[in-house]
Amino acid sequence: MENPTAVNKGVIESEPQALVRATGRRLLRPAALQKMLAFASLLLLLIYFSFASPAFMQEDNMINILQATAVNGVLAVASTFVIITAGIDLSVGTLMTFCAVMAGVFLTYWGLPLWTGVCAAIAAGALSGSISGTLVAKMRIPPFIATLGMMLVLKGGALVVSADKPIYFNDTPNFSMISQDSLLGYIAPSLPIPNAALILFIVAIVASFVLNRTALGRYTFAIGSNEEAVRLSGVNVDRWKIGIYSLGGGICGIGGLLLASRINSAQPALGQGYELDAIAAVVIGGTSLSGGTGTILGTIIGAFIMSVLTNGLRILSVAQEWQFVVTGAIIILAVYADMLRRRRG
Amino acid sequence: MTPLISINALSKSFPGVRALHEVRFELHAGEVHALMGENGAGKSTLMKVLAGVIRKDSGEILYNGASVDFADPREAQAAGVGIIHQELQLMNHLTVAQNIFIGREPKRVFGLVLDEDKLNRDAAALLAHLSLNIDPRTIVGGLTVAKQQMVEIAKALSFNSRVLIMDEPTAALNNAEIAELFKMIRELKARGVGIVYISHKMDELKQIADRVTVLRDGEYVGTVDVPSTSIATIIGMMVGRTLSDERYAGGRPAGEIALDVRNLNCGPLVRDVSFVVRRGEIVGFAGLMGAGRTEVARAVFGADAPTSGEVSVHGRKRAIRTPEQGVAAGIGYLSEDRKRFGLALGMDVESNVVMSNLGNYLWLGFFLKKPSIHDAALKFVKLLDIRTPSTTQEVRLLSGGNQQKIVVAKWLDRDCDILFFDEPTRGIDVGAKSEIYKLLRALADEGKAIVMISSELPEILRMSDRIVVMCEGRITGEIGHAEATQERIMELATQREIAKAA
Repeated sequence: MENPTAVNKGVIESEPQALVRATGRRLLRPAALQKMLAFASLLLLLIYFSFASPAFMQEDNMINILQATAVNGVLAVASTFVIITAGIDLSVGTLMTFCAVMAGVFLTYWGLPLWTGVCAAIAAGALSGSISGTLVAKMRIPPFIATLGMMLVLKGGALVVSADKPIYFNDTPNFSMISQDSLLGYIAPSLPIPNAALILFIVAIVASFVLNRTALGRYTFAIGSNEEAVRLSGVNVDRWKIGIYSLGGGICGIGGLLLASRINSAQPALGQGYELDAIAAVVIGGTSLSGGTGTILGTIIGAFIMSVLTNGLRILSVAQEWQFVVTGAIIILAVYADMLRRRRG
Repeated sequence: MTPLISINALSKSFPGVRALHEVRFELHAGEVHALMGENGAGKSTLMKVLAGVIRKDSGEILYNGASVDFADPREAQAAGVGIIHQELQLMNHLTVAQNIFIGREPKRVFGLVLDEDKLNRDAAALLAHLSLNIDPRTIVGGLTVAKQQMVEIAKALSFNSRVLIMDEPTAALNNAEIAELFKMIRELKARGVGIVYISHKMDELKQIADRVTVLRDGEYVGTVDVPSTSIATIIGMMVGRTLSDERYAGGRPAGEIALDVRNLNCGPLVRDVSFVVRRGEIVGFAGLMGAGRTEVARAVFGADAPTSGEVSVHGRKRAIRTPEQGVAAGIGYLSEDRKRFGLALGMDVESNVVMSNLGNYLWLGFFLKKPSIHDAALKFVKLLDIRTPSTTQEVRLLSGGNQQKIVVAKWLDRDCDILFFDEPTRGIDVGAKSEIYKLLRALADEGKAIVMISSELPEILRMSDRIVVMCEGRITGEIGHAEATQERIMELATQREIAKAA
């Protein structure tokens, strides 16, 4: 009942004053602090690995990291939306694979032009997302269970459609360029950043815009903050929720294209496990699993931390077993640090 | 006689805010000592320090004449200082006995196995000692709020508490339950327990308290004997001024019918309900807790889909089965529980103000027009005198009265003509209350049709042009303001359906 600001009975301040204060507050907000903390950790990791191994800072290795981050980052962006609504999407990994397989069906099985494959992957993702959203919103199945079910359905679906065999994109030579070519490299030859990374950044910027500047984004936060209050404000919460899950699904479709293009094939058995990496990236980036807060920038930093860590440990020849242990410990540590800070704030 | 509790020159600051400054407080054994003050005055902070929930910065707390400084609630509890928070701290899925002895369960077989029998026996003995008729094996979530509160009290007393702090214990109770609670308080008093009683309700104070200490803006204002002091004096101490306008202000003649509800049914608490609300009119809905008033509002608004009945708005029949349709028909519902149903607490003032009307602030139906959202929020901050450092302040940081105004702003922005206010002044301090009253009257004068649900009869009598009384899901009567008295309302509110078998 007694809240600190009750004493602060200033009415509205002048605009510039208010702006300065608002900026100050924004920098001190939990989400912003967590982002800075995460960014600092990322820098520390980069510095540590470049000193620990000369192979780390090589161009090829940097491109590897960017390629790996692109797929995980895109999936993490998809997950961020759902997690801010206080939901969870466990199907992003197998959905990504399913979308890649759909692209394979269009391009390799049916021999259709490239753009149809791209559309097919994204549409398959959005459709699957809308099913998850309907299960959650209309049928009131808890997101964890609904998307767990979808995860298995999609895993099976990908295997059925592809008859359990990888689909290669040898007939569509341009397909591998989606991810591997470097548009930036043509413009600035000293920066051969792969298209995959470029696509990740475009996805991130658009997603960030959607989250902060559109009705869908506003309702994403509002639903995560207090779903019942939003419903009682006369908002059709179910429809927006389905929209949010569909958007996430569509973004997973882009992830599927990036992965398939990178390995020039759709591997139907791949995919499971990616959802956990995505959730880890989201959480390291300061988005709360209880909903209501989160940023795309944080998620991207989280995705980079995950892939730099994996890559660096591999370069240092740390055994695979121990890579898992270290990654797991880092995730726990990151969330614990967040908790500590929140409690103090 | 040494006082049970004696607090001297106690100060406590939070970052940037001085919550308490050199506050005094004294409690004798066998005394009910009320602690009053507006929201933000420091009552809860003071009691949290006493109960070990937060640590003091400076000052002294004497308990039985000895200086104490409790590090945590556990230590305070062990020493005999118990606190019952406004929001009950019970585990709904456990039984009464399990709740009472949580953390202190009797065990057997070398402390490996819980002794459920002894647990239930001990709890039963404790409940009997307090003359409470509750089975210790009942699941707490299934009890009424009043009974749950009794369980909290039993739990606090199971530590042999000598000091019991109660923070707004009657907020969710009806009159019968309040009477029961007061009976128990008097019993505890007779046993020498010292009780600190925090409340906003003046009539309760007169009934139960021996002395009252008033705080204002974290400062000690004074301590007076309740029987020899008038309520006006106490309110004056709280707000630093005397409040007038405590009487019915009178509405203008009401206009045409805005809302016409006929034979509405929805669950056990809305049975064949019919009423009308005219433009420019405030209709008070009175009744005991659980009479179905909230349920009627929710059914009309579409929060719960009605099973049968007709709702007409401005003469046109409307099918309302979801809040979306209710809002589209121009009906707004302000819930009694702002935090759960009214606000996105973690979001800022702007987002909450435009929540029900976001469609108006979109470009191409999708992109937010941030400047116009800001302007709208600013307009309402000025119009309703919402005290907030900026429109980007998170609403959870604002006081109850200001939060309520933001909910009002949300519906005004949507331009709803028919507004249901469910307990609009619950948890709001005296000063802000009269502001809310003025606001309701101003809205009615503008031609809005207003339904006000309230459990406080003085509030109903003061505000309503017409009073609808409910009991057990039915409307039992309708009274014009002129004929309304507390007695008449209570009579209708307790008019149960005559048993058909008889």
